[in-house]
Amino acid sequence: MTEAYIYDAVRTPRGKGRKDGKLHEITPIQLATQVLQAVRDRTGIDTADVDDVVLGCVSPVGEQGSDIARVAVLNADYAETTAGVQINRFCASGLEATNMAAAKVMAGEAMFAIGGGVESMSRVPMGSDGAAWAMDPAVAYKTYFAPQGIGADLIATKYGFSRNDVDAYAMESQARAARAWAEGRFKKSIVPVKDVIGEVVLAHDEHMRPGTDMQSLGGLAPAFQAIGEAMPGFDAIALMRYPEVEKINHVHHGGNSSGIVDGASAILIGNKEMGEKYGLKPRARIRAMASIGSEPMIMLTGPEFVAQKVLQRAGMTKDDIDLFELNEAFASVVLRYMQALNIPHDRINVNGGAIAMGHPLGATGAMILGTVLDELERTGKGTALVNLCVGAGMGTGTIIERI
Amino acid sequence: MTTAIHTELDADGILLLTIDVPGQSMNVITPEVQADLAAAIERLKTDDAVKGAVLTSGKASGFMAGADLKGMGALFGGGAALPEGKSKMAALFDGVFGLNKLLRDLETCGKPVAAAVNGLALGGGLEFVLACHYRVVADNPKITLGLPEIMVGLFPGAGGTQRLPRLMGIQPALMYLLQGKNMSPQEALGFGVVQEVAPAADIVARAKAWVKANPNGGVQPWDTKNFKFPGGPATALNPNFAQIFVGGTAMTHVNAGDNMNAPRAILSAVYEGCQVPMDLAIRIESKYFAKVVADPQAGNMIRSLFVSKQAAEKGARRPKDVPPAPTKKVAMLGAGLMGAGIAMVSAQAGIEVVLLDTTMEAAEKGKAYTADRLAKKKMPADKAQAILDRIKPTTDYADLAGCDLVIEAVFETREIKARVTQATEAVLGPNVIFGSNTSTLPITGLAEAWSKPENFIGIHFFSPVEKMPLVEIIVGKKTGPAAIAKALDYVAQIRKTPIVVNDSRGFYTSRCFGTYVQEGLALLGEGTTPALIENVGKQMGMPVGPLAVNDEVGLDLSYKVAQQTKADLGDDYKGGPGEAVIEKMHELGRQGRKNAKGFYVYPEGGGKKFLWPDLVQTVAGGLAASQPSAADVKERLLYRQLVECARCFAEGVLETPQDGDLGAIFGWGFAPFTGGPFSHMDTVGIANVVATLDRLAQQHGARFAPPQLLRDMAARGDSFYAQAARRAA
Repeated sequence: MTEAYIYDAVRTPRGKGRKDGKLHEITPIQLATQVLQAVRDRTGIDTADVDDVVLGCVSPVGEQGSDIARVAVLNADYAETTAGVQINRFCASGLEATNMAAAKVMAGEAMFAIGGGVESMSRVPMGSDGAAWAMDPAVAYKTYFAPQGIGADLIATKYGFSRNDVDAYAMESQARAARAWAEGRFKKSIVPVKDVIGEVVLAHDEHMRPGTDMQSLGGLAPAFQAIGEAMPGFDAIALMRYPEVEKINHVHHGGNSSGIVDGASAILIGNKEMGEKYGLKPRARIRAMASIGSEPMIMLTGPEFVAQKVLQRAGMTKDDIDLFELNEAFASVVLRYMQALNIPHDRINVNGGAIAMGHPLGATGAMILGTVLDELERTGKGTALVNLCVGAGMGTGTIIERI
Repeated sequence: MTTAIHTELDADGILLLTIDVPGQSMNVITPEVQADLAAAIERLKTDDAVKGAVLTSGKASGFMAGADLKGMGALFGGGAALPEGKSKMAALFDGVFGLNKLLRDLETCGKPVAAAVNGLALGGGLEFVLACHYRVVADNPKITLGLPEIMVGLFPGAGGTQRLPRLMGIQPALMYLLQGKNMSPQEALGFGVVQEVAPAADIVARAKAWVKANPNGGVQPWDTKNFKFPGGPATALNPNFAQIFVGGTAMTHVNAGDNMNAPRAILSAVYEGCQVPMDLAIRIESKYFAKVVADPQAGNMIRSLFVSKQAAEKGARRPKDVPPAPTKKVAMLGAGLMGAGIAMVSAQAGIEVVLLDTTMEAAEKGKAYTADRLAKKKMPADKAQAILDRIKPTTDYADLAGCDLVIEAVFETREIKARVTQATEAVLGPNVIFGSNTSTLPITGLAEAWSKPENFIGIHFFSPVEKMPLVEIIVGKKTGPAAIAKALDYVAQIRKTPIVVNDSRGFYTSRCFGTYVQEGLALLGEGTTPALIENVGKQMGMPVGPLAVNDEVGLDLSYKVAQQTKADLGDDYKGGPGEAVIEKMHELGRQGRKNAKGFYVYPEGGGKKFLWPDLVQTVAGGLAASQPSAADVKERLLYRQLVECARCFAEGVLETPQDGDLGAIFGWGFAPFTGGPFSHMDTVGIANVVATLDRLAQQHGARFAPPQLLRDMAARGDSFYAQAARRAA
């Protein structure tokens, strides 16, 4: 089978996903357009060699609707022949898009393919697309639907993570992100976002709160206690599925959960010949990819299972992996992953994650893939496993290996 | 066929349709009503002289109640041959869609139709009203309008789930549909469910006036092009719509658990139906209705919660040839918690009460219980005083003179009971009926203290008396028909639901309920995660977990009962597997809620109780390495009760499955959605019940062994209710 190589990886800085966020004035099509243009301009490729652009987007309605990937291709002045497709694997959409792009290259369907994602959470709020899963009564009943935060708190309860544990994790995420920015560890991949008159509106991750300490985190009220215990009382639904738990300990809040932000990402993947044609050095090869489903009510334990699956596919063990990157959807998700796979904290999310910098749903997967690739290069290490927990109990993972 | 809807055309061409079902005190939906309405609709459509119609009732009792639940048996199970090429579900759909379509024909007949609602309109009755274009209700605040079908496991199947949301908005409509709550005329007016509230004498005139003034009024808002759904568009992309269903489904799931069919069917019918035009919407509704009706659950619930309950309250078990024997004055012996409660419900029913205890202080305290409860209910002072005036506290047996019924609720020892029994007989003589509220001591033995044991009976109340709906009547070996009739007439007076059982230790309810608790203790003793035991108990439909309920009753009491039973039975005593757990808790002085430490810890200051963290370590040496699944726990908690209920039937403690089902649901809160343990065993199939019990007996011991009765029934392919029907016939 043809090998798929990563030739470039870019991302926008992440803007606060609110009306006062720096990227609120930037349309999602602009975010996607600018990362596609950056890939083209940085590598100097003829976009006629890009067979397809796969973009993740989790709320593909309104101005993110109607196949934003193809429209971004047109808007970025790519060759008319470049196709585009928007996909949705919830929080792992960006990584899934990359995996699909890689698969197209491996299968010989594409010479170059771009995987990435876009999400303007400030302009198209989460849940704008509705969901049979959550609101069709028959389905919600059957799947014991509860919002992710309930699952995150259930993970903390079931696997023994206290409020202190999750807050300490969050504090470290902030510290690592601050250090990474201070040392310029992200500069290779960051594409500042420009407005319609060409001025830069955002060049750094806006959501970070450097200097966050246990005291400031400790003052935050649990975010999911009210919907869990009072109205509508999701905890009781969780206990129907997990009756061995007496009571859910609500430990998550805005400070130890991923931030709501705007952003976009793109990764250029191609075969060996394309690299040679343009004199591009392959930065890494895609070694293995996998997605998996697991119990949907607790929802966020998929990474553990997909990590095992993708390691097996690659014929590797966790000890063959130098760096782990797991999206910080909620602190307990990462803590459980570390506990289940016995991964030391200094090998995972070494430059912080979504708790500090935010999680622009459709874009994150390709963002953290780029982040960990930069870190492998910076430290001279060889392999990384990228993971995200995914709505409805799924998990997606990718192993990359530097050449 | 007799006429159920009378028609009268006035000079303005308005056809007055008066529903007056012959032979019924209240209008219900009968085939005649449907046929007459169909004829009226045809006339509205075809007769140019008819300009519109007004629908009203000829009954003073109200407009119309819904379907005749007793007559609905035909829907459940059916048995008629299926039309060629039809599946069972499709045939069922055709059956239930008829009325739905008829009301749709009424609202699309092209001419204005108004309802003049003189009194209650419930269930199908309200659905008739909703299908009219204009609705006038009499201004009596006592009139109830509602769709209470969910109370018996059904849901409105004649457009109610579709028209109510289109009138009042989805969120409030779901509240009424899912809670079965009724509304007053003013509330209905506020919600836009009716358009006018008028004096009762004027409603027909007001309805006619509207018809006359609105010759083009024969179109429902939802059939117009610019219909705006109250509360915003009914589409998945309207965040409000989405939020209502996310939240509403979760709340319903939490409240109704996984067990009830009707609530989820209502949610789905509203969710799917509100997104499409009415013609399609009512078909969707009828499909969900057919699904609900096809499941045994609704039939079981209707039979127990409605048919059997009403029959019991109307004297199904009363000896027919004994003349009515209402109680005028009751002698209440013992003014403790039970005595005080019995005094209260008796006085509230207009019965004079002599409340006797050993000290005046105790007797007065018993009376104060009523004053306290009535004050909490915010009853007007004069009404409360009239009730209190009927309770006479005393310490003097001579004050019992004139009482025509005695109820005894003194300490649970034979000696004390015998003493008060004899002291009472000394004043009243042995011809008065004597009822004992004992919960544990066999009646036959207690009856020896009364010279005429045929006049001695058990009248077992549940605590708190004023809230618990059941009274268990216990027939001793020598109890006669007059005593049974007297006790049942009294229970009817205080408006509770009676069951009649024969004498046995723990009678029926205490004996069977105890097995639920004991099996919980057995699981705990094996090192099962306590939360799993408790959550599964609740999730299977019991009101509380077995450990929590034991804490409420008192672990010291459980210990004492076990010791007493051991002493009484000697070598025959078979200790349950949870006994060691109770002994350990007793040793540690953990008595339950009463001393704030039992299986749970009760924090000072009223904080939420939580399971004692050292519980499993203390009573089982730690969590078992291999934990049972939730399904295993549920099976044990359920079948332990079922087998005991079957034994009660086999031993003759129970004579009818109806008594068994009512006693279980209303006595100890046995999962109401099953219709009770006997309905449940019939539904599962007796052969399957036997197979499960045999397996459980092998795994967990003889306490699960099925009685021979069940094996015989299984061999015959029989069921409890089929057998009861044969006996009745």
